[in-house]
Order: sequence, then structure tokens, then C-alpha cells
Amino acid sequence: MNTTVATGTEGKTWGGGNKPLHASYGKMMMWFFIVSDALTFSAFLAAYGFSRFKFINSWPIADEVFTHFPFLHGVEAPMYYVAFMTFVLIMSSVTMVLAVDAGHHMNKAKVTIYMFLTVIGGLIFVGSQAWEWNTFIKGEFGAVQTKGGNILQFVDTEGHRVAVADFAKVEAGDRTQHESKNGLWFVNESELPTYTMSEITKGLEAHPDVLVRTQIIDADGKKTVLSREESIKQLKENGRLFVKGANLHVNEYGSPLFADFFFFITGFHGFHVFSGVVINIIIFFNVILGTYERRKSYEMVEKVGLYWHFVDLVWVFVFTFFYLV
Amino acid sequence: MAHEHKLEIFRGLWKFKSNTAKIWGVLAFLTFVTIIEVVLGIVKPEALMSKFLGMKILNWIFIILTIVKAYYITWDFMHMRDEVKALRRMVVWTAVFLILYLIFILLQEGGYIETVYSSGFVKRDF
Repeated sequence: MNTTVATGTEGKTWGGGNKPLHASYGKMMMWFFIVSDALTFSAFLAAYGFSRFKFINSWPIADEVFTHFPFLHGVEAPMYYVAFMTFVLIMSSVTMVLAVDAGHHMNKAKVTIYMFLTVIGGLIFVGSQAWEWNTFIKGEFGAVQTKGGNILQFVDTEGHRVAVADFAKVEAGDRTQHESKNGLWFVNESELPTYTMSEITKGLEAHPDVLVRTQIIDADGKKTVLSREESIKQLKENGRLFVKGANLHVNEYGSPLFADFFFFITGFHGFHVFSGVVINIIIFFNVILGTYERRKSYEMVEKVGLYWHFVDLVWVFVFTFFYLV
Repeated sequence: MAHEHKLEIFRGLWKFKSNTAKIWGVLAFLTFVTIIEVVLGIVKPEALMSKFLGMKILNWIFIILTIVKAYYITWDFMHMRDEVKALRRMVVWTAVFLILYLIFILLQEGGYIETVYSSGFVKRDF
């Protein structure tokens, strides 16, 4: 007896018996994973936008935060390093797609070289990101956090930033950090700030050319600089804590939320790059061992390639929303 | 193994002889766009500082250029150009719709909270 049933749809795209999407299961699932991961990243970036819109008049200006370039100390070079990082990642995307192309031609030697270059590009990028984090965490000038959680920075009369270390009046103090082994065993105290409020206030009073700059953005898109009297008044009335650099609690460049999102989004992206590098290394060794020669298909290179390009794609957006806009 | 690639970009304005040549061409284009972004970001021309639909024209340019870059990364590096229409739409339309929805909701809400702060119901200037 005949076991097949004629439905009248044979030969049509969705009639069954063929692959309507012309894609293998693995490749399709990689695409759907990428869609879900893209939604995760856009949720993070949209949350960043939410916080930025919430504090639209006092958000840090990225050009003033990321001004460093390795081996160039004291030179203001906004954007150059991150542009370099972007280029490295796009370049490693290119070597990846060249590896995929060589795979289509079953050219093992070329796939090996291009996979190797892709891994190197990924490592340079992750290393650059580590450097960027390190610079951001260390900070440069130092600032004062107020009781209300706002940040007061210091500038000279021409508007250039002044480091707190350059004007604070260091006093001989005998206040040491409380440690649980020397005092109350159930009480902890975090590390003492480098300068006390009285040292900074006296330093400001002794230097007539130093002014306080608040976070409020004026009509020209610049941060507001207070007059001399207002500067001293503001520091005395509201100054609470000396801060340098950025972490999850304080951020010398402005709103702590900026630092939180920076660490979270670039960290999550950096983790993707890192895992991408690990996967690429695994594939690289599989290529050398000839796994895909025996399989007679380099489709696996194509699948990790999709993931690697996606990482690049996300960086393009992170670059825009953290550094440009 | 036959792998067919569509070898033209910009709707046929720029045709390539091989897939490898197309990859380098796209790289050149992406680099060009990135350089424009970086130069604009450093110079910040005064003419582009006026607002259009609630955002600076410069920021609109940045966002549009980013989407252009994303398009060429997806279409040419990820070979979306060579996939069938159904797969392309499944991936792109789903993501674009959900992302636009998310952005609208969150930015709308952020802007609302800002008005609550700035109209004086919450004291923040201390």
C-alpha cells in the first residue's frame, strides 16, 4: 500500500520535504541567539538612555571623561583611542569574513591564517578595553562629592581642569583608618580619602585662581563654573567627600550612574569579546587538526563568524552611545 | 560546494569581481564612515548644534551613520544579503520592532522623570 499522502503542496516553498530557509539548523539557531542577545544589549543601552534623559541637564560629557591615549601623558586626545579600538574590531571582523570565504573554497591554509589574525585582533581589543577601564577607575583630577550626591570639580580661571592634589593644603593629621583588628571587631571602615574636606577648603581659599565647576549644563552645552564667592560657599556648605576616579559608588566625572552603565555595558560587551576569542581559538585548533577537512565543510567557521560579527555590531552601537552622542 | 554571493552594494552602484574584493570594499566604506564620525565628534561644527525633533542634528547624524554601518556589517559580513527573504525578515523585523518599542518606552519615561525633577518637586541642588 502507498504510505505517502498527496497534499497538493509538493514543490512549494513551505510544502514540506525541503529547507524553506536554505539554512542549516545550526546557522539558524545562531541567528536566533543573536536576535535575543541583540535585545539584551539594546535593553542595556535603552536603560542608559533612560538614565541620561532623567539627568539630561547634568550628565557627564564623554569628551571630558575619555581623554587619554596610552603613552601620551597630559595630552588631551578625546576619541582617538576608542576610534582605534573600533577600527581593530572592524578589522578582525574582516579577517573573520575572509576566513569564512576561504572556508567556502576549502582552503585550509588560508582559513588558519585568517582565524589566527582574528584571534589577535580580539585580544588587542580586550587589552585596550582593560586599559580604558584602568584609566577610568584611577581618574585624573579628583573632585568633591556633595551631601546631595552631586560632583564639584575644580577649574582655573580659563576653564581648564585643576587637580585637587595641586592646591589642597595638606595638614598633619593623626586620623588613621579604623581596622577591625585594632578596634571594634564588628565595625568596618572603608579606606580614608586622600584629602579631608578641611584641607580642600583651605586650599581653595588660599588659591584665588581656582573655581568650582558644577555638573549643571548651561545653554551653550558647557558645565557651569561658579564665581569665587559661590565656589567657597558651595564647597563649605555642601562638600562631603573627596573622590578620585570612578567605581560603582562614586564617579569624579559626574553622575555615578554614568560609571555604573559604563562598567556594565562595556563589561558585558568585553565578556562577549572574551568568549568570542575563546571560541575562535577552539575553532582555530579544529581547523589545524583538520576536523573540517574531514567533515568536508567549514560551516562551523561560518557560525562562529556570525557571533564574532555580532560582537562587532554591538560595539558600533556602544561606541555611538557612550562616546559620540 | 556552490556558495553564491551577491556582489554589488549601494543598489548596484558598486559592483565587485569576487567576494574577497567585496569584503575589502565594505571595509573601506566602514572605515570612511568611522572617520567621518570621529572627525565630527572632535570638531563638533557649530552649524550642526541646532535641534531637530528634540535632538541635536549632530546626534541624528551619528545615529544614522551607526545604523548605516550596522546595515553593512549585517548584510555583507554576516551575509544577510545572501539569505532568503523569510530568514532575513524573521531576524531583522523582529529585532527592529522590539528595539524601537523598548527605546520609545524607556526614553519617554526618562523624560517624564526629568520634568518631575526640574519642575521643583524634588530638591537636587545641594
